[in-house]
Amino acid sequence: MEFKDYYQIMGVKRDVTQDEIKRAYRKLARKYHPDVSKEPEAEVRFKEVGEAYEVLKDPEKRAAYDQLGADWKGGQDFRPPPGWDQGFEFHGGGYTGADAAGFSDFFESLFGQGFAPGAQARGGFHARGEDTHARVMIDLEDAYHGATRTLTLKHTELGADGRPQLRERTLNVRIPTGVRQHQHIRLARQGGAGIGKGEPGDLYLEVEFRPHPFYHVEGRDVFLDLPVAPWEAALGATVQAPTPTGSVDLKIPAGSSGGRKLRLKGRGIPGKPPGDLYVVLQIALPTAESEAARAAWRELEKTLKFNPRARLGV
Amino acid sequence: MTDELLTLLSGEVLEEDVELTLAELCRTCRLPAEQVIELVQEGVVEPLGRDPAHWRFQGISVQRVHCALRLERDLGVNVAGAALALDLLEELEALHARLKRFGA
Repeated sequence: MEFKDYYQIMGVKRDVTQDEIKRAYRKLARKYHPDVSKEPEAEVRFKEVGEAYEVLKDPEKRAAYDQLGADWKGGQDFRPPPGWDQGFEFHGGGYTGADAAGFSDFFESLFGQGFAPGAQARGGFHARGEDTHARVMIDLEDAYHGATRTLTLKHTELGADGRPQLRERTLNVRIPTGVRQHQHIRLARQGGAGIGKGEPGDLYLEVEFRPHPFYHVEGRDVFLDLPVAPWEAALGATVQAPTPTGSVDLKIPAGSSGGRKLRLKGRGIPGKPPGDLYVVLQIALPTAESEAARAAWRELEKTLKFNPRARLGV
Repeated sequence: MTDELLTLLSGEVLEEDVELTLAELCRTCRLPAEQVIELVQEGVVEPLGRDPAHWRFQGISVQRVHCALRLERDLGVNVAGAALALDLLEELEALHARLKRFGA
């Protein structure tokens, strides 16, 4: 297994005080906390830092770790020397209050076996399983029609030898109609397994919309930028507009300017009440590549005497 | 993979379908009532209803409670600090969504 340099992970020197270790931990925890952080790999980094802190914050474990020597480098192949922890007395087992599910084999080999009381070894101990969280990506259309999604989730489970192991499982989940960005679907009893006769925990799925090439979503409302020709905007027209439930005929009022919002009531994400679909007009200009096109633009210029900058006083 | 053999799981949408009493929220989050009342006093969750016996919590409260507990445990903030962080995170999320819309 790989040696873990806990001092390097925490970004501190080997001779820092306990107070400095705590300060370094708090700073890194704020930076990588999965609820707060936008950093890539935040969760992995947070677990790594949590594991390092679990050892270094405890003067007993830190002293035991230190006597492995300063010559080890992170990532080196490592076997704990036999009897490496002789003469150290650990209080309260290797694990304290930390969430140890993601700790490395390295930690396990040093502080895991023998130190952890091992919940399942205690007769008659029952606890409800942990609630777990995952994210499910859906398309906007799925929120209109409902859908089913097959998810593969990785989770850690205590193996027969009492050590955490990585397992994979596949779930088939119904995505209810009308679900919105960042809402949570609760699947009862699909979370972590209980201990003893304890009930399993719940699984919470956070809904995330895949970015759509032309719609964007705000709450229940859906927005579409619709290109229109200058004459359609000026004279009014009936044009086709796509919607997530199929294309519709849309009446553009005469004298529309770019950015005008037309509301299609109730055509947003379904619900009680349903959201609206907003069509935002974008005036698209035809190119002036051919001589005929250029002539037409010149004709327009002559006829209209139009100053688009009149309001700016120039 | 034999997907056909998997049962289709249906859940409830926390933000829409679920409303909880104080007792139900305590049970779901595995917290004593005193602690939930403290979370209410500091504004982590805001129930409808005048007094604890009539409180109704929106389903999303479960997420806010879980998140507040994690922030307390991992960052050493108190309940008021967790409430502030939750509000700021919500605001940040809304701003990110708007930024994304303008293609940033």
